[in-house]
Amino acid sequence: MKIKFWLNHVEIEDEINPDTPLLEYLRGKNCYSVKRGCETANCGLCTVLVEDRPVLSCGTLAVRVDGRHVVTMEGLQEKAKEFGEFLADEGAEQCGFCSPGFIMNVLAMEKELRNPTEEEIKEYLAGNLCRCTGYMGQLRAIRLFLEHKQNLIRGGEAS
Amino acid sequence: MKAVNAPIRKKDAMGLVTGKPVYTDDIAPKDCLIVKILRSPHAHAILRHIHTDTARKIPGIICVLTHEDVPKLRFTMAGQTFPEPSPYDRYILEQRVRFVGDAVAIVAGETPEAVDRALKVIQVDYEVLEPVLDFRAAKDNKILVHPEKDWKALCEVGADNKRNLCASGVNQSGDVEKVLSECVYRVEETYHTKANQQAMMETFRTYTYLDAFGRLTAVSSTQIPFHVRRILANALGVPKSQVRVIKPRIGGGFGAKQTAVSEVYPALVTMMTGRPAEIVFSREESQTASSPRHEMEVRVRLGADKNGIIKAIDLYTLSNTGAFGEHGPTTVGLSGHKSIPLYGKTESYRFCYDVVYTHVMSAGAYRGYGATQGIFALESAVNELAVKMGMDPVALRQLNMIEEGQVMPAYYDGVNTSCHLSQCMIRAKEMIGWEEKYPYKDMGNGKVRSVGVAMAMQGSGISGVDTGAVSLKVNDDGFYSLMVGATDMGTGCDTILAQMAADCLECDVDDIVVYGVDTDTSPYDSGSYASSTTYITGMAVVKTCEKLKARILAEGAKILGCREDLVKFDGKKVFRLDNKKSVSLKDIGNQSMCANDNALFATESHFSPVSPPPFMVGMAEVEVDQETGKVEMIDYVAVVDCGTVINPNLARIQTEGGIVQGIGMALYEDIIYDEKGKNFNNSFMQYKIPSRLDVGTVRVEFESSYEPSGPFGAKSIGEIVINTPSPAIAAAVYQATKVNIRELPITAEKLYKGMKENAN
Repeated sequence: MKIKFWLNHVEIEDEINPDTPLLEYLRGKNCYSVKRGCETANCGLCTVLVEDRPVLSCGTLAVRVDGRHVVTMEGLQEKAKEFGEFLADEGAEQCGFCSPGFIMNVLAMEKELRNPTEEEIKEYLAGNLCRCTGYMGQLRAIRLFLEHKQNLIRGGEAS
Repeated sequence: MKAVNAPIRKKDAMGLVTGKPVYTDDIAPKDCLIVKILRSPHAHAILRHIHTDTARKIPGIICVLTHEDVPKLRFTMAGQTFPEPSPYDRYILEQRVRFVGDAVAIVAGETPEAVDRALKVIQVDYEVLEPVLDFRAAKDNKILVHPEKDWKALCEVGADNKRNLCASGVNQSGDVEKVLSECVYRVEETYHTKANQQAMMETFRTYTYLDAFGRLTAVSSTQIPFHVRRILANALGVPKSQVRVIKPRIGGGFGAKQTAVSEVYPALVTMMTGRPAEIVFSREESQTASSPRHEMEVRVRLGADKNGIIKAIDLYTLSNTGAFGEHGPTTVGLSGHKSIPLYGKTESYRFCYDVVYTHVMSAGAYRGYGATQGIFALESAVNELAVKMGMDPVALRQLNMIEEGQVMPAYYDGVNTSCHLSQCMIRAKEMIGWEEKYPYKDMGNGKVRSVGVAMAMQGSGISGVDTGAVSLKVNDDGFYSLMVGATDMGTGCDTILAQMAADCLECDVDDIVVYGVDTDTSPYDSGSYASSTTYITGMAVVKTCEKLKARILAEGAKILGCREDLVKFDGKKVFRLDNKKSVSLKDIGNQSMCANDNALFATESHFSPVSPPPFMVGMAEVEVDQETGKVEMIDYVAVVDCGTVINPNLARIQTEGGIVQGIGMALYEDIIYDEKGKNFNNSFMQYKIPSRLDVGTVRVEFESSYEPSGPFGAKSIGEIVINTPSPAIAAAVYQATKVNIRELPITAEKLYKGMKENAN
């Protein structure tokens, strides 16, 4: 069937099978940052933004994004890099396979939560599994990143 | 030193965090055939007939391969140095299936839809046989897992397929029975660790094609490219010269990918069809037909004198290798050899083991490699001894722990050349606030907080076996290329090897380009396992840099028109000591590309006759609900002696990650089979690895000794870090509940039952 949507800000019209998951569809469109870690919506690796909200692309049929805006990490390179620098400075990307999905959710959290507590951060990101890092380095990176963003805001207000 | 011991960013970090397509499936050619496996629903059966006609007729299906299509050559998928201790006990496909999930047929087609349809319509006539599922009953059972005549053990490991034995053996020193009989305090208990999945985020995957020369090329998510070359050659019956293996970026391994779990299937398809082919294991396949930790039951007998000096340790380990023997003979050894030496005052030890075949999925290598299982048992027994003696378990360990300079009889009589274990203990105790928190504190709301302790060791490479080599060359403008055969699987070895090279060559890490791994061009390395890369390959880097520096000096002296002993190299230039005239490395690099007969290239190999152990102490603080038995992690502190820390950030992440994996093993992770051998834990829905809500806080520090045989004084870090959580958490849980959990994982049900029994 036909769908029309925006992928990383570019309008796309396509003929698709109604049973194609968004994850496979996006990888077919060269969005290789989108990873599959499980088949049961447990790992968070396939997180993308639909209308600015994080969704699991493994559990979303591609037809569901008809008329919507989908953003993968390919469309968020600058922001990914901005947070990614903090993650890299902790060595907390490690194998990196879960990094795109995790970072997409971190960026969504940054938009959604104001001054989140540690518990709120952990809750928000609970669906993003990582087997390498033990999560502590990710949390350190998030704290430093949020501090950095706060400083940018304060700097902006001051000037 | 500038780069070594600096928290330098991983060379591939920015590529990874911006989601670049660098993993196997991202770079696979679009025209790869899709390869999937039809798997057995029975734990033990003979395939009487496989009806493939309907499947073959499905449009898009290119081939359906069965046991009739594969070479009758026994091989092992274990990634080990030849001759492998693991027996040659499998074909790619066989008429006998040995576990639920064993491969029955290989289907390759143009689309996943066609392949899925084909898998559904293949009909198999199984002659279902009774399986051996209880590993305690496997040895000398009348049902044999490997009755075949061409089963073969290459090494003397005490294997006997007619007894379901994959390995067996005895090691001892002194008269353990006599010493035990003289001990005032004795603990005799049996501890049971379960099979666990490595659960790396990237499942097993490989694609294969024939290159321009018609050679089979496998691009694979593997820790062992050179071993995969041999394994494919063995399995397919082709010369090794006709196989090339390339490792791209890897999404985690933890030992899982030290077994060639996925490679043979697309390789066979490519050999049969000439076409590129790819297999990507589903999570379900990764959970049910892979290479998990060996389930082990360890009987510990421990004796101490009236003062608490541990005089004798007697261990018997029964290990379950499952349907095939991958890593069976070797993992079991570590359960004794890397636990017993922790205690330096023993007069006698004995370590016996049996490794048995059963009809469950084959075990493999998993971080810790048997040491994890042995340390859970021995450290739990020592904690029980402390309780028996009414002694603080920290004090008991301080009385008995191995010290620097001691000989370790259970560690092949090796000398403990570097050891800050006692400093680790002191620091861990401070960090967690042991004095205030031990043994427990009633929180007044039905919950109790308590602490527990454990020590651990591992090795640094396999002594006298593991081999690492690197090649290094000077390019134009004077930048370096470092070619490695070691496999960075996310751990950062490409970066830390460059850090070492940068200090040797007095340059910046960014001046060194790292390339690995391609078996056609990389120097030989056994692979990244056995905690070997930093220690073994790191030393190869040091040696290679020395050799290259000599060549740079020779070239500089030639350009400056003087003898080699009259020049020095400072990383940027070669200069004359007499008149200070110099030539820059940049000019040397450029000039070496014109009319040159001195290749600015060096390669050196390294192995070590010893495997110096890293040491660590872990302490857990838990909160236990006395009503329900629910355990919550509050805090975990770890102090590690891995020798010189090459990259503090990466070493810290290794430690935190290993501890959290260890927490998973201690509290959550279990592979459960039903009475017919079906695996219940076939997804992340049923196999729960810790999320960030399940682990509390993990805090890590280093107490570095200096290992004289290691590069810059380094030992290893990768594996040891998973060894302390299970015994430390079990001990903490005991303090809160007075229930000893001797079978992992420590679940609320087991605790609840134990508390009920105590109350009655």
